[in-house]
Amino acid sequence: MNNIIILLLLIPLLTGVLLIFLRNRISAQRWLSILSLLAVGVIAAIIIQRVLNEGTMTLNLGGWEPPYGIVLVADMFAMLLVFTTVIVGICCLLYGFRTIGEERERYYFYTFIQFLLVGVMGSFLTGDLFNLFVFFEVMLLSSYVLIALGGKKVQLRESIKYVLVNIVSSMMFLIAIAYLYGMLGTLNFAHMAIRVSEAGQDGLLTTVAIFLMLVFSLKAALLMYFWLPGSYGAPPMAIAALFAALLTKVGIYSIFRVFSVVFPHQPEITHQLLAWLGILTMIIGAIGAVAHWSLRKILAYNVVVAVGFMIAGFAVFTTTAIAGSVFYLIHDMFVKALLFLLGGVMIGLTGTDKLREMSGMIRNHASLGWMFFIAALALAGVPPLSGFIGKLLVLQGAIGEGFYIIAAVGLITSLMVLYSVIKIFINGFWGENQLTVEDEKMSTKGTLLPSAILTVIVIGMGLGAEFVNVYIMEAAEVINNPSLYIDAVMPNGE
Amino acid sequence: MEILMSILIGVLVTAGTYLVMSRSLLRIILGTAVIGHGALLLLLTTAGLKEGAPPITNIEALSYADPLPQALILTAIVINFATTGFFLVLAYRAYKELGTDDMDKLRGIDDE
Repeated sequence: MNNIIILLLLIPLLTGVLLIFLRNRISAQRWLSILSLLAVGVIAAIIIQRVLNEGTMTLNLGGWEPPYGIVLVADMFAMLLVFTTVIVGICCLLYGFRTIGEERERYYFYTFIQFLLVGVMGSFLTGDLFNLFVFFEVMLLSSYVLIALGGKKVQLRESIKYVLVNIVSSMMFLIAIAYLYGMLGTLNFAHMAIRVSEAGQDGLLTTVAIFLMLVFSLKAALLMYFWLPGSYGAPPMAIAALFAALLTKVGIYSIFRVFSVVFPHQPEITHQLLAWLGILTMIIGAIGAVAHWSLRKILAYNVVVAVGFMIAGFAVFTTTAIAGSVFYLIHDMFVKALLFLLGGVMIGLTGTDKLREMSGMIRNHASLGWMFFIAALALAGVPPLSGFIGKLLVLQGAIGEGFYIIAAVGLITSLMVLYSVIKIFINGFWGENQLTVEDEKMSTKGTLLPSAILTVIVIGMGLGAEFVNVYIMEAAEVINNPSLYIDAVMPNGE
Repeated sequence: MEILMSILIGVLVTAGTYLVMSRSLLRIILGTAVIGHGALLLLLTTAGLKEGAPPITNIEALSYADPLPQALILTAIVINFATTGFFLVLAYRAYKELGTDDMDKLRGIDDE
């Protein structure tokens, strides 16, 4: 009965193909893409309940037992991320209906959204390093198309850089896979973990592990974030929101998975390095967020800060800190999508992303203003919103383990993040209203619905933390205790 | 044989890196393709060159070659082909739209 897992990938994949043939029937495209995601969401919820009751589920594709075949692994961590991905996807689609424009809709916008989600969810579910590479490429190719779709000058220019950075990092991924296969003779996560722990993680393996870390850091924008602000600033906000919420998270997920299951044996090297990368990323991202006066740039640098925070939390490598990191990861997917969508409405109304040219929007758009305020507080981790618990757990873990510098940098950058988003709030919503309803570049009709859904989730995750925590703890347990993962994939050992 | 292959891989990756660092967009794309070939050859080499008969059950032999690297390389070639193709089209479109293929001129300005 574990075949249900494959539906998570099959439904969006087939829907994407089907949508190609419905090119000129836009309302059919809209309905189908929403229905597909709703179906995936329901299935993901069913699987999450089953995983909670019965433990990790695996699916050996084609009936080939691991390590010979390809295996899909639905553990709680992966499934929570899949579920979050679907909800964020639905919200971005709803926003896209109103804002993306007929031209893009006709040129396969909805198809590539479906393919992008296949790539993202596949990366979460796969139990095999090479398969991870393939799903990465599915995701990246769709993102190349989405970022360039529309063909405006800025999009073309930024997409060249984005594509180049990602192709080079994919090649490095392939090189790392080649070395690992040469040394271990397998690419299945669980099988690699067994072999690494049997043979011991020597210097050579640790070097390859760090090479792999480099690859994932490029994708996750961990320290190597240089491509992110430019390329997330180019596409329309519906697409930028999807990217900000999902793409870097796939890199973070890969770091979590690989450095907890396969290479956990030399934390004094690998995890120490991750901790410093995380600290530097937080500092640099926070400086960028404070320095800029463009709405898009501030939001993009906020993505970078969050990446640093989650990786630093993971690098502490205690139960509490990892649980905090997982909580924060899921919170961040929701809140980043929310902020980008609200920012998209603000840019859409004023026609500019320069903060100095906005003001007084609260007069005509009170709900927009309040939702932005809530999102800003949640981002900074003000209780009782969703960011608070994740931050609290990470800081508790860091202080308990004597990582005072992570705690200090985490707190200081939280303040800087709060300053940067409140700067948007003050400039955008306070002061004299210069924008009459007639001057607005677009109507807010329908564009606030997805933001409202996400706001409710962000508040609900904070207030209902007790309920959410059951799932988060289960997810953190799998990361803490990789033998659970290994036993689920290969119950009979090697 | 492994040593020869290692030298070849080194040359390919070096040449590719040199090309990626140049200013012309077309050379950059060629550079990524060359690095890609280096990576694929590396996969072939690290997995072990020519160790035995083809892994088919009715061939009697002491040892069989590992079929997995070939499968991986085939997949990776297809992906490289797709990305290179996409990159070329993107570069052509960008050249027509922006009027240059010089990376120094593609830096961009804030107001557009």
